[in-house]
Amino acid sequence: MSARRTIDVSHLPTYAFRHRALTWYATWSMILMEGTMLVVFLISYFFLRTRVTNWPPGVMKPPDLLWGTVNLGIILVSAIPNQFAKKASEKLDLRGVRLWMIVTFLFAIAFSVVRIFEFAALNCRWDDNAYGSIVWANMVFHTTHLLTDVADTIVLIILMFVGPIEGKRFVDVSENCIYWDFVVVMWLMVYAVIYIGPRLT
Amino acid sequence: MSIIATKLCAHRSSIFCCLLLAACCSLLSGCAGVQSAVDPAGPQAGSISGLWWLMLYTLSAVFVIVICFVLVAAFRRRRPLSGESADGPDTRPEAEQERRMSRTVIAGVALTILILFVLLVSSYLTGRKIYSAGYSAQGALMIEVTGHQWWWDVRYNDPSPSRMVTTANEIHIPVGRAVVFRLTSADVIHSFWIPNLHGKMDLIPGHYTNIWIKADRAGTYRGQCAEFCGYQHAHMAFTVVVEPEEQYRAWYESQLRSAPQPSTPQQARGQEVFLSSPCIMCHRVQGTDAGGRAGPDLTHIGTRPTLGAGTVENTRGNLAGWVIDPQKIKPGIRMPPNNLEPQDLQALLDYLQSLK
Amino acid sequence: MSGAAAPLRNDEALVDAIVDEREALEKTWNDPPGFLGWLMSTNHKRVGKRFITTAFVFFILGGILAVLMRVQLARPENNFLGPDLYNQIFTMHGTTMMFLFAVPMMEAMAVYLVPLMVGTRSIAFPRLNAFGYWVYLFGGTMIYVAFILNVGPDAGWFSYVPLSGPDYSPGKRVDFWAQLITFTEVSALVVSTELITTIFKLRAPGMSLNRIPLYVWSILVTSFMIFFAMPTVALASVSLMMDRLVGTHFFNPAEGGDPILWQHLFWFFGHPEVYIIFIPATGFVSTIIPTFVRRPAFGYTALVLSLISTGFIGFGLWVHHMFAVGLPRMGESFFTAATMMIVIPSGIQIFCWIATIWGGRPIFKTPFIFVLGFFFTFVLGGMTGVMQASIPVDLQVHDTYFVVAHFHYVLIGGSVFPLFGALYYWMPKFTGRMLSERLGKINFWLMFIGFNLTFFPMHQLGLKGMTRRVYTYPAEMGWADMNLAATAGGVLLTLGVLVFIINFFRSVRSGELAGDNPWNAGTLEWATSSPPPVYNFLRLPTVAGRDTLWTQPDDQPEVVGLRSDVRQVLVTKMLDAEPDHIEEFPTPTIWPLLAALATTLLFIASIFTPWAVVWGSIPVAVALIGWFWPRKRQADERPPEDIKEKVGEEKAIRLMEETP
Repeated sequence: MSARRTIDVSHLPTYAFRHRALTWYATWSMILMEGTMLVVFLISYFFLRTRVTNWPPGVMKPPDLLWGTVNLGIILVSAIPNQFAKKASEKLDLRGVRLWMIVTFLFAIAFSVVRIFEFAALNCRWDDNAYGSIVWANMVFHTTHLLTDVADTIVLIILMFVGPIEGKRFVDVSENCIYWDFVVVMWLMVYAVIYIGPRLT
Repeated sequence: MSIIATKLCAHRSSIFCCLLLAACCSLLSGCAGVQSAVDPAGPQAGSISGLWWLMLYTLSAVFVIVICFVLVAAFRRRRPLSGESADGPDTRPEAEQERRMSRTVIAGVALTILILFVLLVSSYLTGRKIYSAGYSAQGALMIEVTGHQWWWDVRYNDPSPSRMVTTANEIHIPVGRAVVFRLTSADVIHSFWIPNLHGKMDLIPGHYTNIWIKADRAGTYRGQCAEFCGYQHAHMAFTVVVEPEEQYRAWYESQLRSAPQPSTPQQARGQEVFLSSPCIMCHRVQGTDAGGRAGPDLTHIGTRPTLGAGTVENTRGNLAGWVIDPQKIKPGIRMPPNNLEPQDLQALLDYLQSLK
Repeated sequence: MSGAAAPLRNDEALVDAIVDEREALEKTWNDPPGFLGWLMSTNHKRVGKRFITTAFVFFILGGILAVLMRVQLARPENNFLGPDLYNQIFTMHGTTMMFLFAVPMMEAMAVYLVPLMVGTRSIAFPRLNAFGYWVYLFGGTMIYVAFILNVGPDAGWFSYVPLSGPDYSPGKRVDFWAQLITFTEVSALVVSTELITTIFKLRAPGMSLNRIPLYVWSILVTSFMIFFAMPTVALASVSLMMDRLVGTHFFNPAEGGDPILWQHLFWFFGHPEVYIIFIPATGFVSTIIPTFVRRPAFGYTALVLSLISTGFIGFGLWVHHMFAVGLPRMGESFFTAATMMIVIPSGIQIFCWIATIWGGRPIFKTPFIFVLGFFFTFVLGGMTGVMQASIPVDLQVHDTYFVVAHFHYVLIGGSVFPLFGALYYWMPKFTGRMLSERLGKINFWLMFIGFNLTFFPMHQLGLKGMTRRVYTYPAEMGWADMNLAATAGGVLLTLGVLVFIINFFRSVRSGELAGDNPWNAGTLEWATSSPPPVYNFLRLPTVAGRDTLWTQPDDQPEVVGLRSDVRQVLVTKMLDAEPDHIEEFPTPTIWPLLAALATTLLFIASIFTPWAVVWGSIPVAVALIGWFWPRKRQADERPPEDIKEKVGEEKAIRLMEETP
């Protein structure tokens, strides 16, 4: 009989990292849409800025530099253990993953705590005027992503301790690290606009 | 341009007929009208309608050609296929024909680009013509229009404050003189549109927009709010009277005068009713204590053609209905119903109708 | 698979093996039984059919609203609907058609068709897909419940501020509208993510980028457009909610806000939205024409490039909705040029389609007739579109019935006609039964004549000064006859849709059986049975060219080696679709439904109190964690080569076995 030609795929691996993984596309889709939203938020900031002569309007002061800058330092440093966690995950190094994820997580917690002080030092309320609204909107937007990633990290850390440990889990860790990098980059942009922007004339 | 347009206009029905559905054709009546974009009464609307006809004819031709191609492509006769392959797909189309089709498609695209370019340039030139300030600031009439839900506050600016005129829902302009409208809104976004004279311009709270027009042809035109502005968006029209310079001046002088004092006891009683009622909270009658600004100025209400921004004709009966319960005529507006004794109502009507 | 069955006929052992494999796959991929299993389903075909049905129901509802408006406008100064109801109805009509019908319908068709057309077992992230559907269903239900309870939105589908702001729209009407946007946005974004991943990573071996079916290309472009367009409107609607709920001032001119910001944000989404609806329709056209003229599409590369450039240019046109706002003239002229420029890729597509027909041998079945109707209506709508690109002309026709005519010509003509063609084309695949050709032709002519009779006179009405969104008009304006004609046309259009519904139910009950490939078409969805089995293909196909069923040799290879006792899916490389690895897909679960319910609770509660965002996120988080929590180990564990090189194969495997 003339059997049909076949391609046997039974030997293929059951997971893969980076752009070979399906979840990589989901992570980048998320980054793409949230990034679009961030960019539009920042554009709105500058659009509203053109509507008034003084920025911040009237006698308002720009946000105090202290806490925002502290957070800038924290988040930039956190990128290092985050990178270690990513590298460890791609070597299936379970102990490394556990260690560096926890370190990154501690940085994220520190960042979140300082965020509370940041809100107190913005020198405006969301319902003062359009300036206050857009500053708060940017801050809340970033905080939402921060908390999302913190929650995601907690779940992954727990999974890395209770198992089952699979290749796929390491791929998840690697994706989570990409997302944290995105949160870092977002903060660079938001910090530059919210803190530095009003100080440039 | 506008002459050509008018000529073409006469033949429009027949051309549409060829192009499109015969059924729709009978629906196309003439283009004259008091609120028609293709019955221009001034140079701006004229230029725009010229551009419109140019586009209509060019693009109709394009449309006909494309549809002809579709029909010929679908229904042209084809050489019968032999035997078994009659139903099977033709996966290796004839190379010569493919090349011919490629050339035709490329030519079609090139022609499209050319036509678009011509239209783009003519659109740009028309735009420049209608927007470049073709008037001198001294000669031009300055009118400030403020949109309200759902009426138009119209103020004629003049260097001396005593010569400023305020009216509502009606605009008089002289033939042949440039008029600059300065537009804003007191509440939501509205859009100012007199199709016979020009395209529209939005009235936006917190912004001032400008538009200038000129009218060549005396007549009464209708304008209407074109941006959805809520409950009674449908009833937010205004009247535009284009008249010769002398007539316009006479009207202007009459508008400058304060409201006439009551000349009959009945009117005097009406004035009393008016001034002692909540009317004065919102309405102003120049020369009396009534100075409200939330509603239309009533100093010369007796001369206005309509009530409620074009909602009903200004007759005694309609006025009576309006005063007693405006919510019946134009539901949703700010003006509350008024409970008046019949005699008081008659007196009030006498008074209001005397405000000329 | 028809191709596979023939050579095996003689070998009983092999036939038995195939029967066994079918049963095993069936067991693995089936949803759990019962109503609960129905709620848990993550099968893309089942979810796709639900999606299509729901979108069609919203189409009917939006259509009923349109008929009500036409009745009101049939006579001048009519009292059938008052301003309050009319404003709600036209807002609901626009909102329904754009957010609850057009975009979801186009995604729904893709959810069903794309995995079949690229030759895989499932859509990527099937649970997310189910979640996307539920969120959409709950959002749509919410807005209709609100409408029935007389809190339907009434500020237009565009909700311009300040009219929709806290001062001029008190109450909760606009909040429901704004929250509906959030629902639709979430749904559209998750579905786009799945579709992009499916198209990039789950294609049959051999289906390199230059062999992807044109319909799949159109979905790829659309999904990317959704990524950039939807977040903008979500941001706008959230800002509007905050202005209304917590006293921010984004759009309040008195406090430094600006109503024009809303218009920029809305139309930066709103114009691409039109192409998000139109581009999949071009995919339908590019699929239907080759099948019914019996030849491959002419100019594949040109068609693909046109889609991509439409996707890009579509983001550069939004200001043409704002010509009457009084923006700087020079900037506006740029948008005129951009608007005219988008005609070029559309023109290329039209010319290529005409060439395809020219070079083929048309068979005049209903799907093809709908496509011919599409040419007439869409090209006409395109012409009026060019007119409105011109600022001076636009200033006259903007916000008049001329525009209403224009966009119904491009949306109904450009999208709904191809959609009906597509429904006639793929219904045999969905249900296994043919629709009636006779009823199909009656359906077409009723819709075509009714459509033109409804919308053609509106061009004239607009030029004669009839503005949009008016609930009535004075008798002396001379608009009555044309409005009456439009209403009559609306009745015909409605009858046409009714004939479709009758045709559908008749077909499901007693339609002729379709067989695998009733149209003798060339794409992969026709390589499996009608309706397809839950696992789509017994053995995954491979592809040797475009229109693969027309061009492939008889012994085109098949994929073997995927297990039939777990949900294994073959992942291929993005560019050339070489087999890359095997992924085990999740089983059906109730969590997506629970997550959607939790999300719905959060969204609806936050209409009433901003704190809902805080406490409402707890059930959402619980549902998401439940969703993602792994229940059991994967069946197979084989590390990729690069890992083996890094850590050694044995160690890589052992590591997994040692850990808890």
